Amino acid sequence: MDLRLSAEQDQLVDAFRSLYAKHAPPDRVRDAELVGHDPELWSQLQGLGVIEMAIDEDRGGWGASMLDLALVAEQHGRHVAPAPLIERQVAARALARLESPRLDDVLSGDRVTSIALHPSVDGVAPAVPAASVADDVLVLVGDALCLVPVSAGSAFENLGSMPLADVGTDGGEVLEGGAVARQVFETALDEWLLLTAAALIGLGARALEIGVEYARERIAFGVPIGSFQALSHPFADSAAALDGARLLAYEAAWAVDEDTDRARELAALAFAFGSESARDASYRSLHVHGGYGFMLEYDIQLYWRRARAWPAVWGAPPDGYRRAADARHGRR
Amino acid sequence: MDFRLGDNADSLRAALRAYLDEALTDEVEERLYRSGVSHDADFIGGLIDRGWFAPAWSEDLGGAGLDPTSVMVIFEELNRREAPMYATSVSLMVAKALVKFGTDEMRREIVPAVLRAETICVLGFTEPEAGSDVANAQTRAVRDGDEWMINGSKMFTTNAQLGDYIYLLTRSNPDERKHRGLTTFLVPLDHPGIEVQAVHTISGERTNIVYFNDVRVPDSARIGDVDGGWSVLTASLMDEQMASFAPWIVRLLEEVEAWAAETGRIDDPGVRERLGRVAAQVEVALLLRRRCTWMDEEGITRNVEGPMAKLFSSESLTQASQDMFDLIGPDALRSYPDPEAVRGGRIEYMMRFALGTTIYAGTSEIQRTQIAQRGLGLPR
Ligand SMILES: Cc1cc2nc3c(=O)[nH]c(=O)nc-3n(C[C@H](O)[C@H](O)[C@H](O)COP(=O)(O)OP(=O)(O)OC[C@H]3O[C@@H](n4cnc5c(N)ncnc54)[C@H](O)[C@@H]3O)c2cc1C
Repeated sequence: MDLRLSAEQDQLVDAFRSLYAKHAPPDRVRDAELVGHDPELWSQLQGLGVIEMAIDEDRGGWGASMLDLALVAEQHGRHVAPAPLIERQVAARALARLESPRLDDVLSGDRVTSIALHPSVDGVAPAVPAASVADDVLVLVGDALCLVPVSAGSAFENLGSMPLADVGTDGGEVLEGGAVARQVFETALDEWLLLTAAALIGLGARALEIGVEYARERIAFGVPIGSFQALSHPFADSAAALDGARLLAYEAAWAVDEDTDRARELAALAFAFGSESARDASYRSLHVHGGYGFMLEYDIQLYWRRARAWPAVWGAPPDGYRRAADARHGRR
Repeated sequence: MDFRLGDNADSLRAALRAYLDEALTDEVEERLYRSGVSHDADFIGGLIDRGWFAPAWSEDLGGAGLDPTSVMVIFEELNRREAPMYATSVSLMVAKALVKFGTDEMRREIVPAVLRAETICVLGFTEPEAGSDVANAQTRAVRDGDEWMINGSKMFTTNAQLGDYIYLLTRSNPDERKHRGLTTFLVPLDHPGIEVQAVHTISGERTNIVYFNDVRVPDSARIGDVDGGWSVLTASLMDEQMASFAPWIVRLLEEVEAWAAETGRIDDPGVRERLGRVAAQVEVALLLRRRCTWMDEEGITRNVEGPMAKLFSSESLTQASQDMFDLIGPDALRSYPDPEAVRGGRIEYMMRFALGTTIYAGTSEIQRTQIAQRGLGLPR
């Protein structure tokens, strides 16, 4: 076993840490709340090659590993960054897997593509992440993977201030059908679950830090509130859970990179357990702020809302646990 | 990063599994259940023959000199099968303290006997009035020339009924502040003035209360410095600090998955969801513990990684065993002796056993306090 990051991975993390520190501080996150997207942040991310890195070298990318992508997603989550990084990477990877010429438009930056996490029902893919700021969306329609152009006007306000939209799927271009389409869709879903898990773990870890900082400073009854076990002990549970969730997400990424037969199971477990850990941490940290946690002015609410909203576009922890069990025991 | 443990570890695991299947027969399991004692001389003898008994000990001291990963794999497999290791693993812990702080005679006579499993040592730290606050021990040791007179009582001295020695924490100096007035001894349990009384527990395991009435021991029974007991004790407890109950959660999941397959309940999505949750707890508990081993192997000083592994695994085992009990329904009530018991009563047993894991080797509250203060930097 080796839990050390490579020197290149350390550099990668540093590069993204400073990018987010500069271009996604809390005031920028707040400024982007209405649309859920900060175009300047996105162009900075593009400048660091976030799409290229997600694509194999023989398809015109840089061929980063899934673990590399997870490390980037973790930094993304720490800043609750308002840019649809994960959806765009996952959609681009699906296009590459389909060997679609549409990938070229995505790599060149001409078209922005996202992916629907659920098949369309009655001609609509509901609550598609990053869709309100996308040109096209990959959607599973029946047994066909289609590329659907997004028409304006279907965005809606939501808990996580995310650029969500309901997407009408009539008239999309069929890229692939049958078993292959299904398989590409399921693989894309694995990747989305895993990278979202990594983002949630970064989110949860930062939320915990915010709560711990507050608990060290705030005085009640003449002592720092962090000395009350009723507050510090749940924080300790969160610290252990988040450390474990991080190891689990890295293991899942490693399993994808090594193509082991547990990759799907581990990705779903990381998603479910990571969601729960991030939720708990953000709840505890918000609560430790007392009434101030309920105020919009304090940053912790940004974390609490996204800890619940980001995973919910696909599903809740029980859905992740079922998906993991299906991978473990075979579909019914 | 690499999450493989390596070919050596994999083949060691396979060898252990094969051996444990053969050695832990139904008769052995039955005997252990009836006795309430986690010790079986024949079984331990088999481990000694194979070099799996004291794997972390260097070869010149009678161990197998294995690397931390191999030691961890042995620990994972023995505990996954709930092999009867408690008496001997505590003895090895005591022996380790003797190597470091004991007299020459202890090192020469007792340590090798522990490594041959001929001598059993038990821990005498906890008292009726002092558990988590172990430094508050009140059992008195009064110096009288070349001897010490000991009076008091020790609680939860597991295996004292079959042990040879008790590793005893006493108050030697009541005038000093509490951590500074402690001295440790190694006292033969058949010594006049010592009385061992059984204490029965919810998991069926027997523990004891031990009374000391004017027990007179020579100064050569002392371990470490006079009034230096606290440093002896903390050094001995180092190993306990990465105690993990991950292997028991592995076992729990295996049993419930087997039950779900046998009964067809595996096809129920609700059952799958709950099995999936336990699978996550298994994975996380294993990873938190494996991280400790990796750090040891790399020579990285651990901070609160051990407490995290202990806290998460014991709390998860408690929660998961209750949930699996609920999942199975009324049949889960049946205990081991009932032939109709689900999976030989393992799940019912695990729910009882789990309760102790959040108490010994430092309660969950003690672990959380360490994580909060040393890990997160929260104020005392
Ligand atoms: C099956 C079993 C076997 C054992 N074997 C041995 C053995 O072989 N040798 C031995 O010496 N001991 C043994 N023990 C004893 C064990 O180490 C103690 O039970 C443990 O340290 C807790 O002490 P206590 O029982 O006195 O509880 P207490 O310390 O009185 O604790 C009671 C409750 O208060 C909580 N609490 C205590 N202090 C704090 C604090 N500062 N902050 C928040 N909460 C706190 C605890 O977490 C616990 O929930 C065994 C115990 C069991 C159950």
